Amino acid sequence: MSSIATQGLQFREPLIFERSSPGRVASSLPRSATTAPGNVALPEGLLRKKAPRWPEVSEPEAVRHFIRLSQQNYGIDTGFFPLGSCTMKYNPKINEDVARMEGFADLHPMAPESWIQGALSLYWELERYLAEITGFSAVTLQPAAGAHGEYTGMALIRAYLMHTEGKPRTKVLVPDTAHGTNPATLAMLGYETVTLKSSDRGVVLPEDVLAAMNEDIAGIMMTNPNTLGLFEENVKEVADIVHAKGGLVYCDGANMNALLGRARPGDMGVDAMHLNLHKTFSTPHGGGGPGSGPVCVHDRLAPYLPIPRVEKDGSTFRLVSDKPLTIGRVKAYLGNFGMHVRAYTYIRELGREGLKLAGEMAVLNANYLRVKLAERYHVVHDRACMHEVVLTDKLQKKAADIETRDIAKGLIDRGFHPPTTYFPICVQNALMIEPTETESKETLDRFVEAMFDIDAESKVDPQRLKTAPHLPLVGRLDETRAVRKPILRWRPVETPTAGQ
Amino acid sequence: MSNVPGDRKYTKDHEWAKAEGQVIKVGITDYAQGHLGDVVMVELPRVGQVVAAHKTFGTVESPKSVSDLFSPVSGTVTAVNDALDASPEKVNADCYGEGWICAITVADSSEYDGLMDAAAYEALIASLDA
Repeated sequence: MSSIATQGLQFREPLIFERSSPGRVASSLPRSATTAPGNVALPEGLLRKKAPRWPEVSEPEAVRHFIRLSQQNYGIDTGFFPLGSCTMKYNPKINEDVARMEGFADLHPMAPESWIQGALSLYWELERYLAEITGFSAVTLQPAAGAHGEYTGMALIRAYLMHTEGKPRTKVLVPDTAHGTNPATLAMLGYETVTLKSSDRGVVLPEDVLAAMNEDIAGIMMTNPNTLGLFEENVKEVADIVHAKGGLVYCDGANMNALLGRARPGDMGVDAMHLNLHKTFSTPHGGGGPGSGPVCVHDRLAPYLPIPRVEKDGSTFRLVSDKPLTIGRVKAYLGNFGMHVRAYTYIRELGREGLKLAGEMAVLNANYLRVKLAERYHVVHDRACMHEVVLTDKLQKKAADIETRDIAKGLIDRGFHPPTTYFPICVQNALMIEPTETESKETLDRFVEAMFDIDAESKVDPQRLKTAPHLPLVGRLDETRAVRKPILRWRPVETPTAGQ
Repeated sequence: MSNVPGDRKYTKDHEWAKAEGQVIKVGITDYAQGHLGDVVMVELPRVGQVVAAHKTFGTVESPKSVSDLFSPVSGTVTAVNDALDASPEKVNADCYGEGWICAITVADSSEYDGLMDAAAYEALIASLDA
């Protein structure tokens, strides 16, 4: 039961260019423009002299190539994906059904307002749902993803300070448990990052903020729950300290999935926050689709929100751009609208009680793993966590010189995708695990069993772990050599007939 | 156990500093290189760059992480170890010798004198591994 990984019919798949055989085709191409009768109206200089070196394969060869590659993929639809801090949450299929409805999927972005009233009504309602869930009064859905949301939110704060104080101030406080994109956001806005060290409890202490805060500091960016999976329990006190010096509080709400229906950052003194629809509201992530990073604010930042705003006028929805204090557009049209449809569907499917349960299950699952894994692994903060738990390799390193990387690779041999490793960086050799709400107790138990099995193997055969994984098509890669001597492009082997 | 030679000074950020007159040679410690793993890139300061104690002046990158380098002393960078551009692995192989990072010329040596000696640094890393 401990391992579900096998090596059945898996194929080492070469590049499709390496499968190429001159003259072989998958479909009949129209006659080349260069040999077509009559004037093809292309200027001489734009015509190719030689045919492009496309792979020449038959249709079944092309089909098998791409199907085999797709079989080598691993995703949330294949199995458990315990990536902490980067929530890889299951994407319910009903979201896809709704997003594919003609009225949404075939919308033209330039269609006039009167033709897209349904879409605008969904947009307007989703803004209000998100405002209610987070405790704010206004929302923009425009930002394209989480980091873009951070940028937009901090740009609002910057615009507010410019408007009210005549200058944007120069620095922003960022705890060392924040997401790595926070300092990058600040650099893009011209702010200097002042790093705050978190306390032994893994959270920001008010006295540290008090000591660092002054009139040159625009505010603080806090990730809550933070990247240690802990709730920033002093957030209200911290907000009071920052506000007393005229600063504003930004909350990186990427981990909002832990608070759903239980707590609202808007009630905790936060002035602006972003959400990652793919993290909290189950839209696809990474290669699965574009992101979406709505920003939620209170009234005082609302005049600065990006345009156009969707406003309701009686029973009609209108796009309004006449907002003198706006920071302008941050994204073309209305943002990644397909993601808004999916998030809207998720919220409507689960409803008030369902969302609360999703948050509770996410937290319960993480704590179940924390308590179980603490029997054999070093848990950094062994007290109630939120949606994720952070371990280290301390015990295995001491006993058998087995590191975080070896544990992660060992999981692959046991049929699990590795969790986030070496992050957060304030923890030495971190292993960050986020089960999310969808995983059953049986799956979590199998994961725990796999982790225990790794610990057991580290005692009897550490060498096998140091060279893991052994089961996949490709074993342990030489990451060092890949970085030191990267091979950045594939070159064809020249044969006399190729390309003729 | 990490190697901590007695002929130089140390910082809590795991850098070593070795004075030759007013010139302080700087690198990272054996403990640091061991924890980083294979070093794949060192971002060096510029010659002529003015650096301040405890401020970052470069980075060192391994497959695990990118870590800031903090200057142990205030002064002007007067030499950098260009060989690390092509061979960052020298930091792993010989961190106290060929893997040195830069040399900083200081106006007065009081900051250097205030750094940890080998015994204090050994106690620090023992406490971190406890």
